Amino acid sequence: MTEATILAEHGSGPSLRERLQHAMPFIVLAPSLLASFIYVFVFTIWTFYISLSDSSLLPTYHFVGFEHYVSIWANKRWTIAYSNLLLYSVLYVSLAILIGLGLAIAIDQRVRGEAIWRTIFLYPLAVSFAVTGTVWAWLYSPNAGIEFFVRSLGWTDFTFRLTTDRNLAIYAVIATGIWQSSGFAMALFLAGLRSVDPDLLKAAQIDGAGPFRTYRKVIIPTIAPIFIAVAVVLLQFAIRTFDLVAALTNNGGPGIATTFPATYVYDLMFQRGQIAEGATAAILMLGALAFVLVPYSLWLVWRRRRESAHG
Amino acid sequence: MVDATLSAPFDAAAARAARKYFIGRVGIYAFLSLFAFIYILPLFVVVANSFRPLPEIIQNGLIGFPHSLTFGAWSQVWNSYCVGGTCEGIRHNFFNSLEMTIPATIISTLLGLMNGYILSKWRFYGSEVIFTCMMFGVFMPGQVSLMPWAFVLGQLGLANSITGLVLIHCVQGLSFTTLFCRNYYVNIPDDLIKAARIDGAGFWRIFYKIILPLSPPILIVTVIWQFTGIWNEYLFGVVFTAGRGQPITASLVGMATGGTNVRVYDVMSAGVLIGAIPPLLIYLFGGRYFVRGLTQGAIK
Repeated sequence: MTEATILAEHGSGPSLRERLQHAMPFIVLAPSLLASFIYVFVFTIWTFYISLSDSSLLPTYHFVGFEHYVSIWANKRWTIAYSNLLLYSVLYVSLAILIGLGLAIAIDQRVRGEAIWRTIFLYPLAVSFAVTGTVWAWLYSPNAGIEFFVRSLGWTDFTFRLTTDRNLAIYAVIATGIWQSSGFAMALFLAGLRSVDPDLLKAAQIDGAGPFRTYRKVIIPTIAPIFIAVAVVLLQFAIRTFDLVAALTNNGGPGIATTFPATYVYDLMFQRGQIAEGATAAILMLGALAFVLVPYSLWLVWRRRRESAHG
Repeated sequence: MVDATLSAPFDAAAARAARKYFIGRVGIYAFLSLFAFIYILPLFVVVANSFRPLPEIIQNGLIGFPHSLTFGAWSQVWNSYCVGGTCEGIRHNFFNSLEMTIPATIISTLLGLMNGYILSKWRFYGSEVIFTCMMFGVFMPGQVSLMPWAFVLGQLGLANSITGLVLIHCVQGLSFTTLFCRNYYVNIPDDLIKAARIDGAGFWRIFYKIILPLSPPILIVTVIWQFTGIWNEYLFGVVFTAGRGQPITASLVGMATGGTNVRVYDVMSAGVLIGAIPPLLIYLFGGRYFVRGLTQGAIK
């Protein structure tokens, strides 16, 4: 600063004003940059380090190596958590895509009141998983929800008890997740369907392709990248599943039947005082996200390059 | 006469096509209606039950039309329902959520605007690398930052405070807002900026005179995204605050899964609606921008 003022007074080199002007972008960017750097890198390495320590109730920094990364796989709660995540990911992603695509194609048939249909299918996205989970928990509950309702209509031995059955509770989580997210898939698919080149459709029509064939052979292949984008985003949601389970099955119930990696982290860190094991699970979650997102980003870069190469 | 004989088979084909078309239309509307029913059902259930007397809900189940209307549940959950030992309703939690969401949305959006402007129009050596690194923040699961945040909030004396949550959401939101704004500003022609610089306009002047007037669309998208995201966030709320100090999303889950065996569906329904109304209103009035944010956040 002082150097700058001296220079400015002597009339050689840029003035303080000019220097300040020049440095302005860096000055404005610096706080965000510092915060992001700490948040992304320091926090991740910190948690990683905790996972390598023998922390229990409080974080300590006594290094024990990759012990927890080995022992976690022998933990029944964790095995349930990741098998739930696998089952959830497969069914949630594929069914949300299927329903979303179905809704998008139906809406794309020049239906009346398109805006109303879209609003109905998308509103769950504005609401928190906590709210969704709470309300669906009631609907699944045998003594007040859907089972009670159907029985009151006269079908007295109808049973619909997803959340109270250890083997079925995971399907309640899956169904609710799909309910919340298929509108999202619909919105992206609808945007994709609308962006298909009309000339292409005309060409298909001239070639005598019916609507079904046109969808199968022309439209869906052209919007293939959207399938990948939707799948990646939904997979991300799946790996983060926490609020939904907290509200729907009271953090993984009945028993530990609907435990997910994210609930496992929360449980170990804040309920059981096994911080190092919790941190290990958190780092494994990050690993799962990277496993999905790194190939996707590389694919995006590759596609962009190819597009620019082809003009 | 000749016409009639010729058009007879044609009419049959046309009739068949018309019938096929009609059946197709019915099928499409039936499909949409079925799903619309499933989508509306939970909303209908909470709205209806927030106005139904509890004995009626217990007797007739959650799914049903109200026989009589009462507003008692609304005033009870707002003023006097007992959560976590105090009987003051959830109004504190609602105001906590506002106190958390509004500042965090404003700060993270303003920072995102500036960062996006710099990273698209004042590029420098390494700015692309910086952008990429900031984007990692979009994908970080909250669980990874829990322990460090606990330490940082403790050191700053912000444990169990709404200010602490504001700080978390600002830092976490930065990457989203920067991403949105940067990707939007990239499409503003550089020549516009160059011309302004030749005319002697500096960093701030270009921002106020050129960038800001072009920003309303991305501003709305970013504010909607941040507001709904922060309002609905659960993990940090439940970990770093307790009882009366919790934002509404966290306190609702606590209420719904809490120890009591008697389910007060009427009060809970009103509570759930109070927690869901702000984001729902934003969605209804800014739906177009909400969807735009969604698709942008997803694809880029």
